[in-house]
Amino acid sequence: MTRVPAIEGWFTTGDDGTGSAPALLGSRCTECGTFAFPAEQRYCGNPDCGSTTFDTVELSRRGRIWSYTDARYQPPPPYVAADPYVPFCLAAVELAAEKLVVMGQVVPGVTVDDLTVGDEVELVVDTLYSEDGTDYLVWKWRPVGATSDSSPKEVQA
Amino acid sequence: MSASDDRKVAVLGAGMHEWGKWGRPFVEYGLAAARDAMADAGLGWRDMQFVSGADTIRNGYPGFVSGATFAQALGWTGARVSSVYAACASGAVAIANARAQILAGLCDVALVVGADTTPKGFFAPVGGGDRKNDPDWLRFHLMGATNPTYFGLYARRRMDRFGATEEDFAQVKVKNARHGLANPYARYRKEVTVEEVLSSPMVADPLRLLEICATSDGGAALVLTSMDFARRHAGGAEPLVTIDAVSTVTPTFPNTVIEMPNFSTDSAATTSGPNADMAAAGFRPSIATAAYAEAGIGPEDLSLAEVYDLSSALELDWYEDIGLCGEGEAEKLLRDGATTLGGRVPVNPSGGLSCFGEAIPAQAIAQVCECVWQLRGTATGHQVEGARVAVTANQGLFGHGSSVLLSR
Repeated sequence: MTRVPAIEGWFTTGDDGTGSAPALLGSRCTECGTFAFPAEQRYCGNPDCGSTTFDTVELSRRGRIWSYTDARYQPPPPYVAADPYVPFCLAAVELAAEKLVVMGQVVPGVTVDDLTVGDEVELVVDTLYSEDGTDYLVWKWRPVGATSDSSPKEVQA
Repeated sequence: MSASDDRKVAVLGAGMHEWGKWGRPFVEYGLAAARDAMADAGLGWRDMQFVSGADTIRNGYPGFVSGATFAQALGWTGARVSSVYAACASGAVAIANARAQILAGLCDVALVVGADTTPKGFFAPVGGGDRKNDPDWLRFHLMGATNPTYFGLYARRRMDRFGATEEDFAQVKVKNARHGLANPYARYRKEVTVEEVLSSPMVADPLRLLEICATSDGGAALVLTSMDFARRHAGGAEPLVTIDAVSTVTPTFPNTVIEMPNFSTDSAATTSGPNADMAAAGFRPSIATAAYAEAGIGPEDLSLAEVYDLSSALELDWYEDIGLCGEGEAEKLLRDGATTLGGRVPVNPSGGLSCFGEAIPAQAIAQVCECVWQLRGTATGHQVEGARVAVTANQGLFGHGSSVLLSR
């Protein structure tokens, strides 16, 4: 299986051979320091700044759950669902250093009963869907200390 | 009212087509509503100097130029035209455009129309092909995040922060279902019990099927005029309802509450100064606040409110966002019956989205139609007694606030 990010430039996969853990790639304004995800490329979101230059930065790998929910019904395309459909959780996660909240799916095997607002979670990279021998990857949140299996095989089960 | 006359416009006519799911061309629903609104005003199509359309993006090119589409369907008269899209707030922006024309003295009489025909099921991104620069496409593709995903996040957060229960959310649905029973324009006119709500299938935990608004067909229209025209034309025959303020605000940086269709909030890492307070509360509280400020009145003056209950739990957020109570007090307000017909300030006496489902460009206009009938005292079967001041509140994705303040 080839492993390819489902979208370019939004996160590192940890597959670069350096042994570094995966991380979201955001931007930090070189003028005012404002963070953004996905990375800002044109114009700083701070209306009093006006900068057009940004550094690409890896965002905090851990955060706390701001809120969470799940998707009991299969989302419509362009979501590529496994067949049969397996419900999944989503979490909005607060990153303390960047003071922003980032959404993402929660790893397979976790249900809403396993989650609480304020819980610590960490970023992992997992298969979003597989097509023609390629695994398309995306970031997901995994409860810290969770033992659930988040292998790509389970997504496709 | 303290809003001076030079900021008011009169609502001479209001009209709606019943909400439902028929799949007929949206123009039909809009025309029916427009004709009702003009008849209600005692005016004809040739009296309309300006046509302000709220666009639909799911019905091809005619939907993107809705003002002209309705004008052509009624027969070209040379009336000036505007067509706007602002997601769920489209109707309010169409009202704002008509009002601005009138207040600027560019016209005396304007017709505002919005109508929609919607597909079944979850709203999906509009248009085909891979669009990796469109956050609305990407949130479905990369996260499977539907609209109810975001409603679920808000609802769970209410439970965690304020101790809201699933039964509280169900009670909002029970209340609105009762309110809509006698509303001839509502799609769903059926009482439900808490047990029925709580036994309906879970969609986006903790929200269940009966607590998430459907997508509907429908149409709504208004005839707005200058105050001078209204006095000459109507002659004080019935209470003259006026629009005293229209808020179409955008968020204030940093918006720290996650919103459709975004992947993240703004970063508050560098925030200081005047935006800090708003950052904590997010966008929604600023929406009605701007309308109150424009009209010079406050939430304590309200007789009723029509708010955008995309979910049962979201209605509780709105109680706080429009100032009916403090943060974390919405459940108490609901449990005390304050927001039920007969209570201190009924919310969604029309039955709300809970009974209508969402016909996007028509919805903000429909909220205003309901307020007009309430203020005239003609909302048979769901009338708020002695209503004098009403507010609508609504939010469209991609940062569109919408709030209209009306009085008689």
